[in-house]
Amino acid sequence: MASTSRWAGLGALAVFLAVLPQVLPNNYYVDVAVLAGFNAIVCVGLNLLIGYAGQISLGHAGFFGLGAYSSAILVTHYGWPPLAALLAGALLVGLLAFAIARPILKLKGHYLAMATLGIGIIISIIINTEAQITGGPDGIAAGNFTLGGFELKGERAWYWVIAVLLLVTVWLATNLVDSPVGRALRALHGSEVGAEVVGVDTTRYKVLVFVVSAVIASIAGSLFAHYTSQLTPTKADFFKSIELVTMVVFGGMASTFGALVGAAFLTMLPQVLTVFEDYEPIILGGIMMGTMIFMPRGLVPTISAFLTRRRS
Amino acid sequence: MLSSFLQFLISGVTVGAIYALCGLGFSIIFNASHVINFAQGEFIMIGAMSAVWLADAGVPLPLAVILAILVTMAVGVLLEKLAVEPARKASVTTLIIITIGASIFLRGLAQEVWDKNFHKLESFSGETPINLLGAVLMPQTIWVLGTAVIVILLLAWFFNRTLEGKAMLATSFNPLAAQLMGINTKRVLLISFGLSAGLGAVGGIVITPITFTAYDNGIMLGLKGFSAAVLGGLGNGAGAVAGGLIVGIAEAMAAGYLSSAYKDAVAFIIILAVLVFMPNGLFGRKGTERV
Repeated sequence: MASTSRWAGLGALAVFLAVLPQVLPNNYYVDVAVLAGFNAIVCVGLNLLIGYAGQISLGHAGFFGLGAYSSAILVTHYGWPPLAALLAGALLVGLLAFAIARPILKLKGHYLAMATLGIGIIISIIINTEAQITGGPDGIAAGNFTLGGFELKGERAWYWVIAVLLLVTVWLATNLVDSPVGRALRALHGSEVGAEVVGVDTTRYKVLVFVVSAVIASIAGSLFAHYTSQLTPTKADFFKSIELVTMVVFGGMASTFGALVGAAFLTMLPQVLTVFEDYEPIILGGIMMGTMIFMPRGLVPTISAFLTRRRS
Repeated sequence: MLSSFLQFLISGVTVGAIYALCGLGFSIIFNASHVINFAQGEFIMIGAMSAVWLADAGVPLPLAVILAILVTMAVGVLLEKLAVEPARKASVTTLIIITIGASIFLRGLAQEVWDKNFHKLESFSGETPINLLGAVLMPQTIWVLGTAVIVILLLAWFFNRTLEGKAMLATSFNPLAAQLMGINTKRVLLISFGLSAGLGAVGGIVITPITFTAYDNGIMLGLKGFSAAVLGGLGNGAGAVAGGLIVGIAEAMAAGYLSSAYKDAVAFIIILAVLVFMPNGLFGRKGTERV
């Protein structure tokens, strides 16, 4: 991809993010936008793993949760400054991801899915069980994010922080994709053996992407712990992991902007579907199946392919 | 000491038998299509819930059980026809999302058709416990184990002795070659979903008098069944049975001797340990990739 189109995409995203809060009627919508932003940040990272390296992770909510709980626990129980807690969480998740990545990423396809799923579920069970530290199912409050004398408060202030962070994440991701690392990743997605034959150290690149995506999830989790009034274990469970993967696949694998669209759409969908109350899971499941059956490559790649076909 | 060990072993083998049936369901569908069917756990739930519902409506138990199995098999076949078949050419990740969507859909449907409460099925032959070296053996446990053994033997017979079963094995080894030999691989896929759904339903029904059932019961059972299948080497039938028993027994021992809170984590800790040291599961063949 040419670097001009990358900057054009980033610029368009920046303009969109700048205009969006002006048209949102009240803070409820801003809140939904912030939540979509958190999901989008995690999904852009996860997309590097799923879309570009071709490795599925069914446990990314575990990393998000580990970051979130590291922050909440270090800040409330040990009085750490939020930024230090965030960095500690990111370091912990990075080390954990690195330690498990080498043996796990040697696994292929479904075995990798199983392993990441197992890690996610173990993390979620620990969070639910160690109630004296984590608050158990009731959750834990991390308080506001403070840095120096500044206190981050209110949906709108958070919106700008998340918007900037999202832009930085997208910039990092697109940079990575267009770098030699990105080419190596696409090569190993195409054919792992083929990539190895031409001299790509596939395990090293897979480990790198796995760690990067886990750390991104952890940082987003840490900030989320401060944004939400009460952090509960549902943010770290299996369903959250599934939700994240669905966002990436729904929007379009191997498309950074697809991941953004998927995150935004699937964050809003449950809000819209609440009017259906008990029918919500039926409709959500139906939409998931329908999109994947009729647009197996995801929303954004399918639509852009359609548009190029029309144009030519 | 011995009696409590025996007691844990009994409950481990009982629940392990259900994981084994569920794991077999994963393996059969995986062999026929390389799809991991994350809706497998919902088959267990649908079988159990429809049996309870029919029995409560006054249908005699044996008939209710048979009807419940048929209902679940119909759901499995419909799932294949409507959701998996149209997306046959999609990537593995896409197919995984489709089956996850199906499981959310089926769970939502169950919650609407039935309710969110816990349900119990009456034991098949009374509640008089049998004393076994100081441990208590409920008659239903014998039903669970007996049913599991019979079903597994029937499956072995089906795959090794019938034309239909051999066609399915052939398809799992090489779909294209099987098709060239005149095997209808589409039909094989359909049968695999029906068969897996039936297996899930049988497991769900026989265990319900012991463990209760509810609309969201299928999730954990399904994930444990998947662990069992992966533990034994995905696609390996005997491996899935062994995997199921190992997971069930380890879980019961952990709950009895260590902590019941971490019971559900045991399956996943085992699976991680096994995958790290034996990437193809306990009994899986070493895979080679064609470039």
